[in-house]
Amino acid sequence: MNNQLENEEISRRKFFMKLSLGLAGLSAAVAAIPVISAVLAPLLESKVEKWRTVGKLNDFQMNTTNLVTFINADPEPYAGMTAKSAAWLRRSSDTNFIAFAANCTHLGCPVRWEKDAHLFMCPCHGGVYYADGSVAAGPPPKPLTRYQVRVINDEVQIKTAPLPITNIGGSKSQPV
Amino acid sequence: MKNFLKKIWKWIDDRSGFSESILPVITHPVPPRAKWSYVFGSATLFCFLLQVITGVALSLLYQPSSKEAYQSLQFITNQAKFGNVLRGIHYFGASAMIILVGLHMMRTYITASYKYPREMNWISGFFLLIFTIFMGFTGQLLRWDSNGVWSSVVAAQQLGRVPFVGEYLARLLLGGNTIGGQTLSRFYSYHVFIVPAFIFLFVAFHLYLVIRNGISEPPKAARMVDPKTYRSWYQNLLKREGVPFWPDAAWRDIIVSAFIIIAIIALAVFFGAPALTTPPDPSMVQTSPNPDWYMIPFFALFALMPHKIESIAMLLGPLLTIILLFSIPFISNKGERSPLKRPWAMFGVICVFVFVISLLVIGLQASWSPNFNTKPLPLTDIKSSNPDSTIIKGVHLFYAKGCQYCHTINHYGGKAGPNLTTVGNRLSIEELKVRIVNGGKNMPSFGGILSKEDLNNIVSFLHSQN
Repeated sequence: MNNQLENEEISRRKFFMKLSLGLAGLSAAVAAIPVISAVLAPLLESKVEKWRTVGKLNDFQMNTTNLVTFINADPEPYAGMTAKSAAWLRRSSDTNFIAFAANCTHLGCPVRWEKDAHLFMCPCHGGVYYADGSVAAGPPPKPLTRYQVRVINDEVQIKTAPLPITNIGGSKSQPV
Repeated sequence: MKNFLKKIWKWIDDRSGFSESILPVITHPVPPRAKWSYVFGSATLFCFLLQVITGVALSLLYQPSSKEAYQSLQFITNQAKFGNVLRGIHYFGASAMIILVGLHMMRTYITASYKYPREMNWISGFFLLIFTIFMGFTGQLLRWDSNGVWSSVVAAQQLGRVPFVGEYLARLLLGGNTIGGQTLSRFYSYHVFIVPAFIFLFVAFHLYLVIRNGISEPPKAARMVDPKTYRSWYQNLLKREGVPFWPDAAWRDIIVSAFIIIAIIALAVFFGAPALTTPPDPSMVQTSPNPDWYMIPFFALFALMPHKIESIAMLLGPLLTIILLFSIPFISNKGERSPLKRPWAMFGVICVFVFVISLLVIGLQASWSPNFNTKPLPLTDIKSSNPDSTIIKGVHLFYAKGCQYCHTINHYGGKAGPNLTTVGNRLSIEELKVRIVNGGKNMPSFGGILSKEDLNNIVSFLHSQN
């Protein structure tokens, strides 16, 4: 009889121990859901991309490369000037444009177009690209990333895209 | 009155347990003859406290928002009373912490203090090193100017090299697909809440281990560490010759820490905070991002290593360094501690030291970057004393076509390519043409860029440089 009582007592204790640990774990897990969602927020956003007008057709002369700026696809109302992106826009024929991301494919620094030298140059580690975006010198593993461009009703438009990130093989996430 | 105060103290002491539990910790016995080389850890700790206090003060004035941080920094620097000094102390304090963490780690390695039973001291210190570097990086980024924006892009690019998940990590770091409203909020949270919380935790653990395992005694050649007998030998040493930590050993720590903190404040008053560059506008591309000095060695490494292996090295380099540093106490945790008996270990320390300092020096010169600020070469500085029109055109083209960004002639120009002051002695006209048209290992080919006439003008100028 005593033994039975003791066993009951132990199993009661075991039950309460498990219950307390289980409840603690449950409360932590439930609280973690919104926390983890805040941590992962940038990955959970929907990826909208938008066409942004960057100028009129006549603003761009043939065979010239110009800096254009535009607002990213879905900026927060509190982003201020950080909502802006830049691209180098080259008019290669009457209706044909090429838009290069301003980011060097090496480590993302802003490349600048040297119009007399006809080269893009990066100030960080000496990356150099030709007018068509291919690598001319320095460490960049890939040509400059391109944005999509279209001409609609005399307006030149660029399709926004995520910041180009070069991955391990040197290949690029190309917005297509 | 005196009795009354005594009574109050007695009450506090009884209820708080100060004399019972805290006092023995402060006066615990430590090995004798631990001299000036033992002060770096405590100096790091005091610098960290200085960073916490000045950081909290800065947070009273700073706006952690991508949109407004720049304006608030201008306010702190130019308007707030002592704001510039406050920013300066936080900046020089960060620099001091990086240097002191490095010195502390080197001293620990040189005297092999990581050996039994202090392996965990080393490992917790290793984590603190990583946190300190991360704080340095995120801190320079919170100075949210164009440098801050591009530093975050560079960091995202490096994370992008991680296989499979690199792109996700990069987007998590930036707080979105591009720089934006969430970017600075995230870095602020890393710098002000998340990493400091870990630092407090690990500092507490690190200090607890110092008390538990004791300060390592100064090493002596041929006195081996034997895990079987070390603890009892160490306890006997303390019983025989131990001195109380406070004040016999700690006065040196206090003096050095106080001196360093005064030096930091003096530097801040004298030089002020690092200047803000242009506003944080990612569409402004006419900017040359440059990290703070303690990140320069990494930055230099990325320019200097062979380009083919770079993406792999960007991933494996930090990973192998971390694995190596982490495993040091597991590779050898017993035997000799004296640096005199561990020549290869000393050789390694010297190599690492020379390597990092060289990278820093080379990185500060950044000769691989085009020199965008170069001024046109005046005709008085060329070799030809009586230049004809082709040479004069060549001089102008040498500047206009960007040659001078990378090549120096008579102190004018960049250093990415060879100095061409006397190139006429080395290369013939034909060789010059071939080189310019085809380019070279690290030089663009100008065949499609230069007209025949331009090429001839540049070549005749260069050939006259003899």
